[in-house]
Amino acid sequence: MRTPPLLILHLDPLVASWFSLLVIVALTLSFVMLGSHWLKNHIWAFAAESWVIAALSITVGAYGHYPQLYAIAALTIVVRGLLLPRMLLRIVGGLGVEREIHSRLSAARSLVLGVALVLFSYEVAAHLGRRLDLVDNIAVMALMAMFGLKLIGFLMMMLRTEAVSHILGLLLIENGIFLGSQILVPGMPLLLELVILFDLLLIVSTFGLLTRYLKTHVGSTSSRDLQRLVG
Amino acid sequence: MPSPLFSITLILAAPAAVIPLSLAIARPRWAEYLNLAAALLVFVLGAPLPWRVHGRLVWGHGYLMIDPFGAWVTLCTAAVYLLASLYSIGYLRGMTDVRGTLHHYYALFAAFGLTMLLTPLQNNPGLYWICVDLTTIVSAFLVGFQRQPESIEAAWKYIVLVSAGLSLALLGTVLFYWGGTFTLGPTYAMTWQSLRAVAPHVPPPLLMLSFLLVLIGFGTKVGLAPMHTWLPDAHSEGPAPISAMLSGALLNCAMLGLVRYLGVLEHAGLGALPHMLLIVFGLFSLLVAALFITRQTGAKRLMAYSSVEHMGVVALGFGFGGPLGVAGALFHMLNHSLNKCLMFFGAGNMMHAYGSKDMRAIRRVGDYFPVTGTLWLAGAVAITGTPPFALFLSEFTILRAGFSTSQWWAALGLGALLIVIFIGFLAHFRRMFYGAAPDHPPHRTVSLWQTTPMWLSLLPLLVLGLWLPHGLWALFQHIAADLRVGAAP
Repeated sequence: MRTPPLLILHLDPLVASWFSLLVIVALTLSFVMLGSHWLKNHIWAFAAESWVIAALSITVGAYGHYPQLYAIAALTIVVRGLLLPRMLLRIVGGLGVEREIHSRLSAARSLVLGVALVLFSYEVAAHLGRRLDLVDNIAVMALMAMFGLKLIGFLMMMLRTEAVSHILGLLLIENGIFLGSQILVPGMPLLLELVILFDLLLIVSTFGLLTRYLKTHVGSTSSRDLQRLVG
Repeated sequence: MPSPLFSITLILAAPAAVIPLSLAIARPRWAEYLNLAAALLVFVLGAPLPWRVHGRLVWGHGYLMIDPFGAWVTLCTAAVYLLASLYSIGYLRGMTDVRGTLHHYYALFAAFGLTMLLTPLQNNPGLYWICVDLTTIVSAFLVGFQRQPESIEAAWKYIVLVSAGLSLALLGTVLFYWGGTFTLGPTYAMTWQSLRAVAPHVPPPLLMLSFLLVLIGFGTKVGLAPMHTWLPDAHSEGPAPISAMLSGALLNCAMLGLVRYLGVLEHAGLGALPHMLLIVFGLFSLLVAALFITRQTGAKRLMAYSSVEHMGVVALGFGFGGPLGVAGALFHMLNHSLNKCLMFFGAGNMMHAYGSKDMRAIRRVGDYFPVTGTLWLAGAVAITGTPPFALFLSEFTILRAGFSTSQWWAALGLGALLIVIFIGFLAHFRRMFYGAAPDHPPHRTVSLWQTTPMWLSLLPLLVLGLWLPHGLWALFQHIAADLRVGAAP
């Protein structure tokens, strides 16, 4: 049986550059989240990143002939680009917490740490690329975005104390996986992507509800005050 | 007896029906009995399933699948669901602060049961991931059900840490799929079978990386140290029946995924490293559990750390592998499910009676509660791996499997740590049963609803410890052959 060609192996240099550009924009937006202490900025950056991912889906769909990616792009805009940011803004509004005051590191240090993590991700991705005979391939960029956004998301969850920042860290990780998988596995079954989007909605609603409980029953949404359970 | 497929449909339909019904009727008594009836049906149909499913049955457009291993996990889940449903009735009737929301509790409880029953039936690794994630979302609400600051905090930490861990497993799943595209083309059906079939053609570094991500991801959910940090909080702060479900049933569901991925790597001839990783994580879990068990003060936290210990033992069983290791691990899954129910039920009863989670306030249990006390003490003896209970047999089988491989050092470590835990765990029980009389004697009695499930958990453990039916052992051999998990090098 003849299998259709893999997108990453037959990519026009111009398209590859466009993909790389989108990946870099997405990574830069994650640095906005890392560098700013205003929760609303985080949410806007997340929304913009989702739009970038939607742009990527559309390009991959058009160039690689995956019509189902148009549907995914539309859903990404609606769910990740509009609905989730709106839900997060409502959570932030309801909590009355505007900015992250007790970050464990200053913005400058967080950024430096973030850069170090992205460099590390690039090293891992490039190493994997060499082992898979994919040197200078767009796959290396995709892998770097996946690992890099994952590590930056984890970094945000570690450095920040506000509950909303933890949700955003998770969403950032999720965005990274989604971004990379558009390039690496554009033909991944549609159903799975739909279910993951639904799962995201569910998990953010759950987080929203739990933050409300935290506010009413614990009196705080900062992990500095969640220290009852140790040992 | 209906056909296996019809049985499974009923198994899923019963808890699914409880959710809308108990919300619509909104009466605590109705919700209690509806959920109990569903759990009973699930158990009656689910218990014989491992013996009725011989090969791999796929249905639902290829999305659902049952094999003997999945059926075994279903049996463990069904048993815990029934015991916890029974215990919930007595436990929650004794709590005044949740009386108005009991129908919500049972709807969530059935939803939790349903998601756990769905998990082992998934034929698509991606949908399996989704199911595991859904169990987290539903159970987080149950952990925080009592709306006390501690339980909300535990629920929050649970969902944040487990979601973060599971995101690694999602990345691993995507990379597994990507590995297959080099051979099968950009679009192919994502099933355990296809991943397994294509594995020999995937570049080994990619396969290794994917497995590592999946191991850390699902390992978080299994509670393997050092990713276990959410577990003691979530398992100790929820209501006792939820703790039993989380510990006895949910951990097995996550272990199932790890074992399936282990099979994929074995098929590619790359089994050595995954086996070693499972052994190392298992042993480290035992070490962490041993340290925390000896210096624990909370009754339910003690049981939670014991879960970390036993998941470590199961990981070691699969890590040692071979027919003996797999059989021991499978047997240990069931034994742990039953025994952990017994332990959490006992802890819940004592917390109710003494009005404290602190073991220092729980004293002279045997004098005040001869029946519950004896059952709980017997459970403690059983869970530390003492004969004549079944855990002794399964742990001994895993030890034997370990000594038959070249990883005898791990088996030696397992034996030593089990002894440390035996001493540490039972020292707490000695103080709770024979220490000085408490300052505040217990102010409540324990109802028959609360002791019956304890009997039902203990008796099978005793019977299986004294007499292992041939059918059960043959089943383990059958599952081991079906999984084709080889021995560690």
